[in-house]
Amino acid sequence: MIRVVDLHRAFGRQEVLKGINLELETGKITTIIGGSGSGKTVLLKHLNALLLPDRGGVLVDGKDITKLRETGLNEMRRKFGVLFQGAALLDSMTIFDNVAFPVREHLKLKEPEIEKKVNESLAQVGLAGMGYKYPAEVSGGMKKRAGLARALVTEPEIMLFDEPTTGLDPLLGKSIHQLIRKMHAKFNFTGAIVSHDIPEVFRISDRVALLANGSIIEAGSTEEFIASKNPVVRQFLQVDTEGPITVL
Amino acid sequence: MFSPIGQIGRYTIEYTAATGRTFLFLLSAFAWAFRPPSRVRLIIHHIRTIGVESLSVVILSGVFTGMVMGLQGYYSLRKFNAENFLGSAVALGILRELGPVLSAFMVTGRTGSAMAAEIASMKVTEQIDALYSMAINPIQYLVSPRILAGLISMPLLTAIFDVVAIYGAFVVGVQLLGVSSGSYFAGMELSVVFKDVLSGFLKSVSFGLIITWICCYKGFHAPPMATGVGQATTESVVLCFVMILVWNYFMTSIML
Repeated sequence: MIRVVDLHRAFGRQEVLKGINLELETGKITTIIGGSGSGKTVLLKHLNALLLPDRGGVLVDGKDITKLRETGLNEMRRKFGVLFQGAALLDSMTIFDNVAFPVREHLKLKEPEIEKKVNESLAQVGLAGMGYKYPAEVSGGMKKRAGLARALVTEPEIMLFDEPTTGLDPLLGKSIHQLIRKMHAKFNFTGAIVSHDIPEVFRISDRVALLANGSIIEAGSTEEFIASKNPVVRQFLQVDTEGPITVL
Repeated sequence: MFSPIGQIGRYTIEYTAATGRTFLFLLSAFAWAFRPPSRVRLIIHHIRTIGVESLSVVILSGVFTGMVMGLQGYYSLRKFNAENFLGSAVALGILRELGPVLSAFMVTGRTGSAMAAEIASMKVTEQIDALYSMAINPIQYLVSPRILAGLISMPLLTAIFDVVAIYGAFVVGVQLLGVSSGSYFAGMELSVVFKDVLSGFLKSVSFGLIITWICCYKGFHAPPMATGVGQATTESVVLCFVMILVWNYFMTSIML
């Protein structure tokens, strides 16, 4: 279980997160939605301490990761896998080496075992036989799938997805969602997805939270969220430019 | 709005904080260099990129620097009937000043800029965040090996520059302009002492540190936008050139 408690974060004078409280239940996928620039990615980056808050904490299995020192934090981060918006593959390495990278760094395996594990991981995301290519040589969708393979190869307990379908066509976006659902069924990770892809992302979400004006306006199961009478939620779900949230 | 005195205070605080961050970055790079896991392969890789791949440009600049020194030295010394001192003038100038400084300039242009651009591009495309999220310290993975490689490569490149430049001056002074070969090398042997070689060596080591430190720092702290890569590259090259010249002056004044 991950608990975000009274999280505040400002950049200069701009306060982006103004006291976020949120729970990510173990083994479930929680999707965080919100307008552009509402601070979704900032919130996601606090979950594994890529950013540190000005105030408040993030409790992972009861430990506040914002208070951990380097060694403890690295141990904690090994529980996480992250799929970045642009996949963030290391462009000096092939796809194979990218996926093998966390295995070589953290698991004491021999090279043939690493090769087997990486090839299995690539096959799971439909990239069998593509490991020899460099990130610059593959499409956006393939990069995302390679990023997913790298994130999952060490079988993390928690997965963070930063806009996994941004920049992809609807079909490719759907296939990435299906892949996330399939991987979730296999590894049963606790997931947090930041997405704009409404309502498609609801199909793979157990819970949904809406972030607006620096705080969580509504959070609940996907069904509860869709049925919510909260005017901000209604405005968001109906894609209405008129309402409590000022769009422009 | 700030008053002029307030502005000065603000700039002073910002500058002091930035200087502090730069030194902490270096300390952190050294601290991580000696913590497991060992990054020997990466160090060797960066010795190749900093050292081996800069070799051609260092040799080329060394040859022509030596040749022009031979030419200018010969015509200047001939006014005083002192052309037999060409060897010592060239050797002292190259070993103590031109060798370390010019080879450092070449490495800054050839490798330092690429280093800053590569790391800045990793920053902009979240690759550095990806390293953090994989529980890999980016300072240890990206910076420490480059700094160690710079410390190893720079004196070797400078030594090669020195040899090539002295030979370039020999070709012009002795073989083209007719200075006696014996006086060229004898003058060199008589005037060059160990301290001159040590001075050049220490300068080259410190320049290796300055180049890798500044370029890695600028890349690592590039603004997270497309123009951030260009900005980091330009700033790192300019700052390296200035720092090399300033530091060279201090080293010279200490080691004279």
